[in-house]
Amino acid sequence: MTNSTRTFKQPDSFEFSTDNAARVETIIAKYPDGWQASAVMPLLDLAQRQYDGWLPRAAMDHVADILEMPPIRVYEVATFYTMYNLKHIGQHHVQVCTNLPCWLNGSEGVIGACKKSLGIIVGETTEDWMFTLSEVECLGACVNAPMMQINDDTYQDLDSVTTETILEDLKAGRKPKTGSQTGRHSCEPISGLTSLTHQANLKSQIEGES
Amino acid sequence: MLEDKDRIFTNIYGLDDPGLAGAKNRGDWNTTKKILTLGREEIIEQIKASGLRGRGGAGFSTGMKWSFMPKDVGERPHYLVINGDEGEPGTCKDREILRSDPHKLLEGALIASFAIGANTAYCYIRGEFYREAEALQRAVDEAYEAGLIGPDACGSGHPFDFYIHLGAGAYICGEESALIESLEGKKGQPRLKPPFPANVGLYGCPTTVNNVESLAVVPEILRRGSQWFADLGKPHNTGTKLFSISGHVNQPCTVEEELGIPLKELINTHAGGVRGGWDNLQAVIPGGASVPLLTKSICETVHMDFDSLKEVQSGLGTGAVIVMDSMTDVIRAITRLSAFYKHESCGQCTPCREGTGWMWRMMERMSSGEADVEQIDLLEEVSRQIEGHTICALGDAAAWPIQGLIRHFRPEIEHRIADRKARIIKAA
Repeated sequence: MTNSTRTFKQPDSFEFSTDNAARVETIIAKYPDGWQASAVMPLLDLAQRQYDGWLPRAAMDHVADILEMPPIRVYEVATFYTMYNLKHIGQHHVQVCTNLPCWLNGSEGVIGACKKSLGIIVGETTEDWMFTLSEVECLGACVNAPMMQINDDTYQDLDSVTTETILEDLKAGRKPKTGSQTGRHSCEPISGLTSLTHQANLKSQIEGES
Repeated sequence: MLEDKDRIFTNIYGLDDPGLAGAKNRGDWNTTKKILTLGREEIIEQIKASGLRGRGGAGFSTGMKWSFMPKDVGERPHYLVINGDEGEPGTCKDREILRSDPHKLLEGALIASFAIGANTAYCYIRGEFYREAEALQRAVDEAYEAGLIGPDACGSGHPFDFYIHLGAGAYICGEESALIESLEGKKGQPRLKPPFPANVGLYGCPTTVNNVESLAVVPEILRRGSQWFADLGKPHNTGTKLFSISGHVNQPCTVEEELGIPLKELINTHAGGVRGGWDNLQAVIPGGASVPLLTKSICETVHMDFDSLKEVQSGLGTGAVIVMDSMTDVIRAITRLSAFYKHESCGQCTPCREGTGWMWRMMERMSSGEADVEQIDLLEEVSRQIEGHTICALGDAAAWPIQGLIRHFRPEIEHRIADRKARIIKAA
C-alpha cells in the first residue's frame, strides 16, 4: 500500500478563497510597511489549510506574488520548515512523537498500534487518503508522554489500546476526546495535587463533569 | 518546599478560568498602571534586583538584557519578541502558561515593552501549538477589549500592540537570532553576533527576545517587590521555576518550585518518586535534551539551580527533568537525542551540519556495540571539535549529551562493544 510512487496532481493555479483573501489582508497588516515578507509563513499555512493540508507549488507562487517576494525565497521557506507538506497527504495527519520522554514511556507501542490500525508504515498514506502516518520530534507535552498530534489536536498519555480507539473513532467519523486519555485535566500529577491544593475542589468538579 | 502563597502560576493546571475574569480574580492586571508609573529605569532596576535569570535555558539576567536596549527611542522603533518556540525535548512549561495562564504573559509583555521602549510585541509560538495560540489569541482579544493593551494600555498613555506569529516546525527557531530571521519571513538560520539584537534585531531595529516564562513572572515580581523574589531560592539563583518531570516517574507533572530544590525532593514530592523506587534510578537529564545527564550518585545530593548544576558539569536549561530507570538502555537514549540534533541542524555551519550526522551514526554503532573501544575517544574528540565552533549553540547542544554519556557511562559502552565481539567469536 505504498504511496511513494503514487502520483498526485500539482494544480496549474491557486487562488485564496474570499474569506481567506480577507484573512491575508489582516495578517499582512500585523507587520510594518515594507516588511510584508514576514507574512510568508502564516500565508503558506493558510494556503495549506485551504488546499486539504498540503502546499502545491502554485500556492507558493501565489504567495510570492502577493508579498512581492522572489519565488525562490518562498520555496526556501516552504522546504525549510517541516510543517509544510509538499505532497498530497491524508485527511488526518497522524504525527507520533518518538523523542526521548515519549520513547521512555512507550512511543514504540503507539507507533505499532498506528501501523496495525492503519495498515501502513511510517511515511505512508492509506489508500483512501484518510490517514498519513509520520514520526515527529518533541511536540512539547513530555509530562503527558507518550503523545501524538493529529492535525491541530494532541492526544496524550497514550497506550496501544487508546491509540487504536482514537484511530477507530476517526475512521468512523467520530470526534475522539482530545488531550489526556487517562483522565488527567492537563499536566497535574495524576493521583492528586501536590501544589495549588486549594484547587482540589475545582479538580473534582471537572472530573465529575467529564 | 515552596508554599502555595509564594507560587506565581496559580492556574498552571488550567483548573480555574484562564479568561480575563479568572485572571483578575487571581490578581493579574491589578495595579498595572501603577507599576508603569515607576518608569523605565526603576522597572529595570527592580527586575535586576530580583535576580531573575532567563527561563528559556541560557539563564542570563533579564533586567540586564533589558538595560542593553538604547535609552532613547531614535528613528528605529524598538521591538519586544517573545520566544514561545518551546521545543527542547522534555520541556512543556510554556505550553501550560499559554493555554492556562495567558494573561500573565500579556501583562508581563506590556511591562517589558514599556521598560525597553517598545510599542509592539511579536509572540513567536511553535506551529504545532495551534490550540495554545488560539487560547492566547482569546486572551489578547479580551485584553484589547478591556483597554489593558492597545493605543492607551491600562490608561498609561503607552501604546502597545501584541501580535502572535506561528512557526512551522523548526527547533532551531528557539535560538533568538534564528527566531528573528524566521519572523522576517526567512529560513530560521541563526545570525552571527555581534551585532546583538539589542542593537540590530528584528527589521534591523533594537530588539529584546525573552522567553514566555521569564516575562510571565515579571508582573508578580513588581507587585510583591523584588526582595520577595530574591528571598526565594538561592543567591544568584533566585525565585521560582516551572519544572517538567517526565520519563520513569510514577506521576509525571509540571510544577512550580523554588530554584535550588534538591532534585531528589522534587522527584519524590511532586512526581511520585522514581518508578520502582529511588534505588531503581539510573540517570537523570536535569534540564532538557541539551544538558549532560547525571548519574544516580549525583542525583542523591544535587540541587536544581543554574550554579549547582553547572558545578556537576550539567545545566538547569529549561528545568525539564527526564528520569531514566535502571532498565533504560541509556546509550540508546542518548542516540535518540543525537538523531534529533541531526534532524534539527539548520545546515548553515559545517561542523554542525556534518558533525551531527556523523555523531549520530557513531552513536548508532555504540548502541549496537558495532564499534571499537578507541572510537569512544574519537567520538569524544570530534564532539569537542563541534562544540564552540558554530554560529549558535545547537552544535554544543548536540555534543554535550554525548560527552556526558562518555563521562559517566563509558564502562557500559565498552561492555557493549566487548559483548558484541564475544558473540561474534562464539558464533564463528
